[in-house]
Amino acid sequence: MTIVLGVCATALAQGPTYRFGTAPSQDEIKARDTAISPAGRELPPGRGGVKEGATVYAQKCLACHGPDGTGTKLHRGLIPLGNSKPVKIPGSLVPYATTVWDFINRAMPSTKPGSLTPDEVYAVTAYVLFLNDVIEESTVLDAKTLPEVKMPNRDNFLAVEIDWKPGQRRPLGNYP
Amino acid sequence: MGSHHSDRRQFLTESAALASLAAVGAVQSVSAQTPQADARLKDPLAYGQPSRFDNTVRKSLGNATPINDTALTTPLQDLDGIITPSGLHFLMDHINGIPEIDPKEHRLLVHGMVDRPLTFTMDEIKRFPSVSKVYFLECNANSRPLRGPNGDSVQLVHGRTSCSEWTGVLLSVLLKECGVQRDAQWIIAEGNEANKYTMSIPLVKSMDDILVAYAQNGEPVRPQNGYPLRLVVPGWEAIRSVKWLSRIAVVDTPAMSWHEAGNNADTRPDGKALGFRFELGPKSIITRPSGGQRLPGRGFYEITGLAWTGAGLVTKVEVSVDGGKTYKDAQLQEPVHRFAHTRFRFAWEWNGDEVVLQSRCTDEKGEVQPTIAEAAKILGVTPDYFLQADHFNGIQPWRINRDGSIQNALF
Repeated sequence: MTIVLGVCATALAQGPTYRFGTAPSQDEIKARDTAISPAGRELPPGRGGVKEGATVYAQKCLACHGPDGTGTKLHRGLIPLGNSKPVKIPGSLVPYATTVWDFINRAMPSTKPGSLTPDEVYAVTAYVLFLNDVIEESTVLDAKTLPEVKMPNRDNFLAVEIDWKPGQRRPLGNYP
Repeated sequence: MGSHHSDRRQFLTESAALASLAAVGAVQSVSAQTPQADARLKDPLAYGQPSRFDNTVRKSLGNATPINDTALTTPLQDLDGIITPSGLHFLMDHINGIPEIDPKEHRLLVHGMVDRPLTFTMDEIKRFPSVSKVYFLECNANSRPLRGPNGDSVQLVHGRTSCSEWTGVLLSVLLKECGVQRDAQWIIAEGNEANKYTMSIPLVKSMDDILVAYAQNGEPVRPQNGYPLRLVVPGWEAIRSVKWLSRIAVVDTPAMSWHEAGNNADTRPDGKALGFRFELGPKSIITRPSGGQRLPGRGFYEITGLAWTGAGLVTKVEVSVDGGKTYKDAQLQEPVHRFAHTRFRFAWEWNGDEVVLQSRCTDEKGEVQPTIAEAAKILGVTPDYFLQADHFNGIQPWRINRDGSIQNALF
């Protein structure tokens, strides 16, 4: 038993201690790893523009979101931050266009999340960004152009920093 | 991290696991649960229910949230002690229906910047050394100042916080098992409900005290609360505590997912937005007597309520019965747990005059719960600012009128 404990102490420092779990295949990881980071490295092939997006929208989004996104405030415009009374609406608080693509891809339409093809997601993303005056009507989005879209309020987001450390005192004004 | 298990139990568990490793070279999964029938017994004696005379229930915030969202608040004014019964835990979900997940089919995938990507079955997760902790959860939008009738209910204003004993394995144990690579800085946690809700969490917290929980208050986590597996991130806004947990990606940059950016980013009076807010400030609320209740007459009352802080330990709660002019220490219910609701009690005699009751929390970092005026001064705003702000932890005053009725006196 003493020998076994010795192994334990070494193993805890080095990594696999319990050896539970199984190694997933690369295909399994690829199938489940759908999150899109701001740099867009994970974006799939495909493309879509505003006009196609309007068509997809009419078929799969309009029932809940209303004509032109007016039903649930998709079309409120992106109210600028950078003033002393910033208005808190979801669209304004999206720092990256990849965030919009990722959420439509994983969560829409709410009756059948995850059912849109990459082309449809690119197209609907283009349509929503066009409705909010972020891109021109002629813009076509794909894995290269989507991460290049600059959301209007990007520069008003404080840099993402890991400023939290265990036990560290919070700076005054960090809350509320 | 300490656990409720004795060292001896831990020793036996680890020794047994390693002994079998030595014997067969690889550990086979065995069921860690009592074998059970396919469906839960319908006999009411098989699982007890509250009295039919009792009406302690969650309440909906109604149309305060968009379609498909669930917003149910814990009846803080009706509860005692520090544990929220699992069926009364607050719900604040941005999903379309509660998923029904068969634990036999459930897999947790850990991948990304790790040496050994792994998938775990529920049986495997339950074989790891377990930890039980009493932790509160609180929605980032809790305590947003409400006006009108809703503002007179401690349940509707402050009921998006609950406290449970959670049991599970430390996330750090799972991550070490996979071998986190040097340049990793974040994890992205994903749920297995239809929307596949995602959240980013710094690795430094993930290697500290986050629980991957499968039990709540001694029984399996309820479906509404994340069955069969969820994160519990102590002291942080509860949107990080991903339910129905099925995937953890170890990465170098955060996902900037919809629910951490667009839907929950905080705006600040300088016109900037914060994509990330984590720790909750020190807070306390008098739950009885509170808004909407009525004192039947003068005489003795016990003032009681809950206090908590993202810093860890509540060290002091003071109660004022004169609108904040003077404070006296309340009695804290022992033991006080770190990152848990802390029950306080204060003996009081009402003489029938109009009075304002309020409480103030101090935590282990020495931080003190501010009044709304103090909070506004710190940020350089007017108190109205907090009507749309999250993470509001201002002092909650309740006014007792001469007729015994009680109102919110925040504004």
